[in-house]
Amino acid sequence: MSTINTQSTTSNTSQTSSGDQSIIHSAGEVFIESPRGLSARNVSCWFGEKKVLEGVNLVMRPLEVTALIGPSGCGKSTFLRTLNRMHELVPGASLAGEIQLNGDDIYRGAMPLTEVRRHIGMVFQKPNPFPAMTIAENVLSGLRLSGLKVDRHERDDILETSLKRAGLWKEVKDRLGEPGRALSGGQQQRLCIARSLAVKPQVLLMDEPCSALDPSSTRRIEETVQELSDTITIVIVTHNMQQAQRVSKFCAFFLAEENQPGRIVEADLTAKIFTTPRDERTNAYVSGHFG
Amino acid sequence: MIPTQEQTESVVPEERIEIAVRRDVPDRIYRGVATAAGFTTLALMALIGGFLLFRGASALRKAGFSFLTTEMWAPDQGGDFGIGAVLPYTIQISLVALFIAVPISIATALFITQYAPTRIRRPLTSLVDLLAAIPSLIYGLWGLFYLQPRLITVGKWMGDNLGWIPLFKASGPAPHSIGQFAASTFVAGVVVSLMVIPLCTSVMREVFAQAPMGEQEAALALGGTKWGVIRDVVLPFGRGGIIGGAMLGLGRALGETIAVTLIISPMFVRQFSIMEQGSNSIAALIALKFSESNANGISALMAAGLALFLLTLLVNAIASVIVGKGRSGAQTEI
Ligand SMILES: Nc1ncnc2c1ncn2[C@@H]1O[C@H](COP(=O)(O)OP(=O)(O)OP(=O)(O)O)[C@@H](O)[C@H]1O
Ligand SMILES: [Mg+2]
Repeated sequence: MSTINTQSTTSNTSQTSSGDQSIIHSAGEVFIESPRGLSARNVSCWFGEKKVLEGVNLVMRPLEVTALIGPSGCGKSTFLRTLNRMHELVPGASLAGEIQLNGDDIYRGAMPLTEVRRHIGMVFQKPNPFPAMTIAENVLSGLRLSGLKVDRHERDDILETSLKRAGLWKEVKDRLGEPGRALSGGQQQRLCIARSLAVKPQVLLMDEPCSALDPSSTRRIEETVQELSDTITIVIVTHNMQQAQRVSKFCAFFLAEENQPGRIVEADLTAKIFTTPRDERTNAYVSGHFG
Repeated sequence: MIPTQEQTESVVPEERIEIAVRRDVPDRIYRGVATAAGFTTLALMALIGGFLLFRGASALRKAGFSFLTTEMWAPDQGGDFGIGAVLPYTIQISLVALFIAVPISIATALFITQYAPTRIRRPLTSLVDLLAAIPSLIYGLWGLFYLQPRLITVGKWMGDNLGWIPLFKASGPAPHSIGQFAASTFVAGVVVSLMVIPLCTSVMREVFAQAPMGEQEAALALGGTKWGVIRDVVLPFGRGGIIGGAMLGLGRALGETIAVTLIISPMFVRQFSIMEQGSNSIAALIALKFSESNANGISALMAAGLALFLLTLLVNAIASVIVGKGRSGAQTEI
């Protein structure tokens, strides 16, 4: 594992504090920052010497769904992976800036790496259940991996609630002992969601969770996402404009102009991004003119 | 006309398509060469097996089934002979070697694939592979003059303190003399393990390196530690590789000749203790006796060789089946 090189840059974010609420001006956008959310300040990312993201400021509000949209290669996945410290797994990867969970810096703060990842869960593009494990073992695997000790009664409880929250309980409750790979693609993805939920994260990051799935499975995941947003903060990357509109409250448009690192062009309420965006490039993208 | 439901359901005899594959010339040539090469290997195996059987036949006819049970070797004088002790010793030496080599190989392969910084992975890999290139004679000499004097103190300690375990038993009352533990199955096994480690490590390393990244990241994203990833993703994925690597190592250990010949003091009576002086192996038996045997003796050695040949064949066949299974597990990644 490579050690992360948190390069320091001077913050160009103007910031005014009023009580425990501060307002960040980012690319002309105004967000009320709640101290309980996830926020990125002036984040830049490199793969080796190649800078792929620059000066990203984004507040992901608690208990809301934030969608990240933008053309391929603009750095959405890279940004998402900085949010739970997965970016640093790539050899040679580095970043600058600051990411806070509930006001605590996840890179420089006291929280250990494994805790950060437990609090900020991730669902990947390809469903990736553990093939050697049963459905139940898959759901509970995070407890073992993160060293959480729970008694038998609590385990059964976590198993059931996690599967229920992921909308999979009814389909699998009689076959919990079967291998996770025996499920359909959509079910596997919901199993992965259940697995993430079992360690009780505060934030769930999803990188194009439906791109490998058929329309009806996609629909089920979208419903799940909306139900989950009552209890958990969600950040979702999607290429599907309808999906962004259906599931998210806020939306950030990323763009990497030619030979430039990716930046956020505009971040706002999803409704606004899709109806009255401020930036011409956003308008072009959401109306399908490029990307 | 659009067929109606009835029409499509009416009995139309289904004629199955004959699958015929037309191959073009380069494909046919390649197939031919590959098939020929495959059959050559098979033919070679059959030839070697047949040769050993042919040359060993007279001895086998004479000894019959007792060849596998007799604990003495006097074919030249027309006496009894058999591998009743030599075969168990051979297996014991190999098991000692595996017992040491497998954990070390797993740890080495895990270190190379999971923990080592990327830039030292390749050098480390070549270094381990280089160990496999050292002639076994060198291992034997080093084992004899450097390792053995150090290992026999281990043997003595075990004999003195754990002598009640049959495997570590030493004859006579404690304290035992140190010389009693030289030239033992244990010493030979340790030296053979050194030769097995590179082989096991490279098989395991290759399998571990293929552990699917998606599952590894999933484990990390759940708050898993590196060890958690190894336990829940890498090791389950690499199970076939571990077993297969161990079996290949076993095949290698069973046939090891020169190092064992240098170290053991040959013995034809069974003893269960691995610490005490005296051991043997089929390969060492053949190497030691070959030059001083008459026609009867040679035939008996050929029969012993046949036993070793069949045993290694069996072990390697099982190994390749298991390694193959492990590989197909790798394909479950979507
Ligand atoms: N491991 C890596 N090593 C080097 N460069 C990388 C690596 N991963 C991504 N990149 C580069 O970083 C840039 C951003 O990639 P990223 O995967 O974040 O884009 P994305 O917005 O998620 O695209 P997509 O919509 O296709 O998933 C791209 O130019 C890509 O080539
Ligand atoms: Mg992506």
